Amino acid sequence: MTATVAQDSQTAARASDVWKVYGSGEAQVVALRGVNAEFERARFTAIMGPSGSGKSTLMHCLAGLDSVTRGTIHIGDTAVTGLGDAGLTKLRRDKVGFIFQQFNLLPTLTAQENILLPLSIAGRKADPEWLDTVIDTVGLRDRLNHRPAQLSGGQQQRVACARALASRPDVIFADEPTGNLDSRAGAEVLGFLRRSVAEYQQTIVMVTHDPVAASYAGRVIFLADGEIVSELVEPTPDTVLDTMKKLDGLSEAGH
Amino acid sequence: MLRATLKSLLARKLRLILSGLAVVLGVMFVSGAFVLTDTLGRSFDTIFSDAYVGTDVGVSAKPKIDVNEMEGMPVAATFPAATLDKVKAVPGVASATGLAMADGARVIGSNGKVLTSFGPPQMGSNWIGESGLVTLREGSGPTADDQVAINAGVAEAAKLSVGDRVGVLTLQPKREFTVVGIFGYSGDRDSLGGAQEVAFTERAAQELMLGQPGVFSELTVKAADGVDPAALRDDIATALGDGYVVKTGEQLSDDASAGMKEGLAFFNNILLGFAGVALFVGIFLILNTFSIIVAQRTRELALLRAIGAGRRQVIGSVLVEAVVIGLVASVLGLAAGIGIGALLAYVFGQSVGGLQLAGIGVPASAVISSFVVGLLVTVVAAVLPALRASRIPPVAAMQDIATPDRPLTKISAAGAVVSALGGTLLALGLSGSSGDNTLWTILGGVLLCFVGVALLTPLISRPVVSLLGRLFAWSVPGKLGRLNSGRNPRRTAITAAALMVGIALVTGVTVILDSAKSSITALAEDTIQAELVISGAQTGPRPPSFDPAVLQKAAELPGVAMVAGLYGDRAQIGDKQAWITATSDVAALRQIYRATPTAGSIDSLGPNQLLVDSDTAKERGLAVGDTMPVQLSRGDAQTYTLTGIYAKSDLFNGFLVPASAATNFAVPQPIQAYLQLAPGASVDQVMPKVETLLADSPEVSVADRADFIDQQTSQFDQLLTMIQVLLALAILIAVLGIVNTLALSVLERTRELGLLRAIGLRRAQTMRMITVEAVVISVFGALLGVVVGTGLGAAVVRALREDGITQLVLPWTEMGVFLGLAAVVGVVAAVLPAIRAARLNVLGAIAHE
Repeated sequence: MTATVAQDSQTAARASDVWKVYGSGEAQVVALRGVNAEFERARFTAIMGPSGSGKSTLMHCLAGLDSVTRGTIHIGDTAVTGLGDAGLTKLRRDKVGFIFQQFNLLPTLTAQENILLPLSIAGRKADPEWLDTVIDTVGLRDRLNHRPAQLSGGQQQRVACARALASRPDVIFADEPTGNLDSRAGAEVLGFLRRSVAEYQQTIVMVTHDPVAASYAGRVIFLADGEIVSELVEPTPDTVLDTMKKLDGLSEAGH
Repeated sequence: MLRATLKSLLARKLRLILSGLAVVLGVMFVSGAFVLTDTLGRSFDTIFSDAYVGTDVGVSAKPKIDVNEMEGMPVAATFPAATLDKVKAVPGVASATGLAMADGARVIGSNGKVLTSFGPPQMGSNWIGESGLVTLREGSGPTADDQVAINAGVAEAAKLSVGDRVGVLTLQPKREFTVVGIFGYSGDRDSLGGAQEVAFTERAAQELMLGQPGVFSELTVKAADGVDPAALRDDIATALGDGYVVKTGEQLSDDASAGMKEGLAFFNNILLGFAGVALFVGIFLILNTFSIIVAQRTRELALLRAIGAGRRQVIGSVLVEAVVIGLVASVLGLAAGIGIGALLAYVFGQSVGGLQLAGIGVPASAVISSFVVGLLVTVVAAVLPALRASRIPPVAAMQDIATPDRPLTKISAAGAVVSALGGTLLALGLSGSSGDNTLWTILGGVLLCFVGVALLTPLISRPVVSLLGRLFAWSVPGKLGRLNSGRNPRRTAITAAALMVGIALVTGVTVILDSAKSSITALAEDTIQAELVISGAQTGPRPPSFDPAVLQKAAELPGVAMVAGLYGDRAQIGDKQAWITATSDVAALRQIYRATPTAGSIDSLGPNQLLVDSDTAKERGLAVGDTMPVQLSRGDAQTYTLTGIYAKSDLFNGFLVPASAATNFAVPQPIQAYLQLAPGASVDQVMPKVETLLADSPEVSVADRADFIDQQTSQFDQLLTMIQVLLALAILIAVLGIVNTLALSVLERTRELGLLRAIGLRRAQTMRMITVEAVVISVFGALLGVVVGTGLGAAVVRALREDGITQLVLPWTEMGVFLGLAAVVGVVAAVLPAIRAARLNVLGAIAHE
């Protein structure tokens, strides 16, 4: 069963009939089987699914980090599939932001320098007002001159969020952003992500396997075996958990 | 981006220091060479401009033949004393003085030995009184033909004072003089750059230094007030006509300096050659460091790519790092080079007998070459790692992808191609078919061979390292170390390849020199039919010589069957210069060298007759009966007739003339003699008698054949030692490479080391594990070097077969020593990384992210 995904002209990212096949012959693994999905602007979407369901692969393909075997990806009006390295680099500079499970801050730079890094790589000036807003939102004003090693995990992830937000990308892709955080710090980060969607119309696509994390999103799509199998709008941890259980049951029944 | 790069660089100071050190050493050599030659050059400038300070115009005669100082002894031509009067008559001349001056006045010190000179001339001249430059410190100038004045440098070295009797060797055999004066030079100098000076009366100087009374070698002219030296020079040249060289004092001083600097440039090039080797090895080290760093920073670089950095920015960030390291290393290398250059200049000044050094200068060439070389080497070495860095996919920022072990097919294929290319070039160069570019072809071939073998090394390393490892790995830590050294073949390979270059060069040179030495010894033992040889050790352009009367007296000694004395010089024969030998007894020489005629007769030589070897005859198209003009160092050109051609031997060849011609040689005295004993006569009996004959010829001594051959081949050993010392630098850099690789590997394996410690590996065991890894790598490198060096050496020896190097001698002992040394080097290189690994905080390492 394929979930119908709402059509909206306000699409930030779109996957059309995306297939991803790794390897060949005996060792062939099909990670995505004809996925169709749209991610609206100013919406917080979570991608969920059991391990091996293809959720990370979908995100990598959406973000242009990995190539697709078949199908097309759009970010805004830009067709990601078919872009060369220079085009992908430009896309990452202008339209995409990332938040990683491992935070991935440069240990030698201060928090502020880390936040400004994408802008300085692109050779752009930061909008000071926006930057102030971001820094205040993540609550890092008094930590700006600290290095990552001097910050707690939650603080590091908030720096990473600020880094992703600083250039106001069309989409922020977050890969298990709370995977390495305790529940309190995770809640802080998720709350902050939700606020940036609500208050600043930021589009966020988050991959997670944590129902609580997914409940912060406005919409959850569920993957299993490389296909979109279900969708929830305005989820709660319970509804997410129920859907996951159902999926587990389905896939066990299927095998 | 730049900021991120610089910050990351600063955060890893160890990396900066280690990869920079190789460049520092190389640049130090380069800038040191320039500083040394500049300082010495300017010191000589001062000396020469001082020496000509009282000369407005100098007059000399055109030399009979133009001999390069590298090939033989240049001899100044002489002109009659009447020329002096002609010059004095030229308007504008205030005064003119005739000089009878030449190199070759050898003072016999109070210990009975000749005062040696390692370069500076041993001038003998007429005393022309005190001047602005020369002042008597004691006594007076010579007034009788058996009196001399000597400079303070000679007086001190020979321990002579006024009133002493002193023996001096000149164009004539030893003569005794009384020292009547000791003089010094302006600025309280004892000598000019270590030059020895002996002043005779005019007549004695003409006879002893120029070989003829009533002639001068040089005139120094003082211009009248207000007369321009250049104008006066032209006037004098016009007045004297052809055959004279007239120059201003300034020109003479410049010429002398230029001549000196040519010699220094040669010296400079040798030093730069060794710097080149060091830097070549340095490239391996830097390349390896950067590769490892890029591998370790995969996640960080991928992150930069993920948040928008382009490929070029990643390449740029690695290259900027290289530039910074290159710059810092260049500055340090330049500073160290100035120190080394100054030190070497001081040592050089002392060794030539007190050269007063001009201030240490840093020429622009030193600064420019330091930075160019330092930057170029670092950046070139960083290009490959930079390209590799740019190929890291951004998705690596989110995944723990182990970099897959890339297959070695490509790199091995490239290595095979490059090696083949190098081998071809080498063969081309050695076969002599590349003409004037032979040296460059050979060098290029060797270089390509090194690069090719380095590329093949990863492939070779797998089986060899695993085999070597078994030798050292008898315990669990040893086994772990062995496995570690095999786990990244590229890294191991480059580290070992750096060591290979130095060891290969040393081995190659040893093979060549040992083979040459052994071939020459065998040939000499086989050929020379003389039991005793008179000869001396040459230290400058002038060969040691002895009294010709010794030849006759030796031949008359009981027990001596025959004596062949040899004289040698450069001469202009036909339209080409050639080395020419004169002999006192051609029949004896023929027997002693077992020469065989191929045309004409080689048993006798009359005046104006000459013999030549078959190769030279063929090359010049000569046949018995041909006549040709021969111009010797002195006298006029004469026509000689070729009366015989002898079969070429590797020990003896070239033109041969009778001893009567030797009076016009630069050194008109025999420089060597072979004595064949009568049957039944013993060496022990004859030798002391010959020694007695040589009492007044202290430059030479008599030796039996074996000792003589040893003396002749001992220069190979000296050369070998010198090359080994200079190549030690390349090997030192390679050792730094091993330290570097290990240090970075330890850093990379922090987690793994922590785990091993957590499950019970002791500190000592950890250290042993690292040490085994180091020893395996360095022994592997030395093994490669020995094999490659033997190959290169054997190729050269094979190519020299036609030139008499017929034996291939493999220096097994040295090879064993190199391998042993490599093991020691491995242990030493492992010390710091091993300590670091052992000190690891176990908990921290495991928790380390």
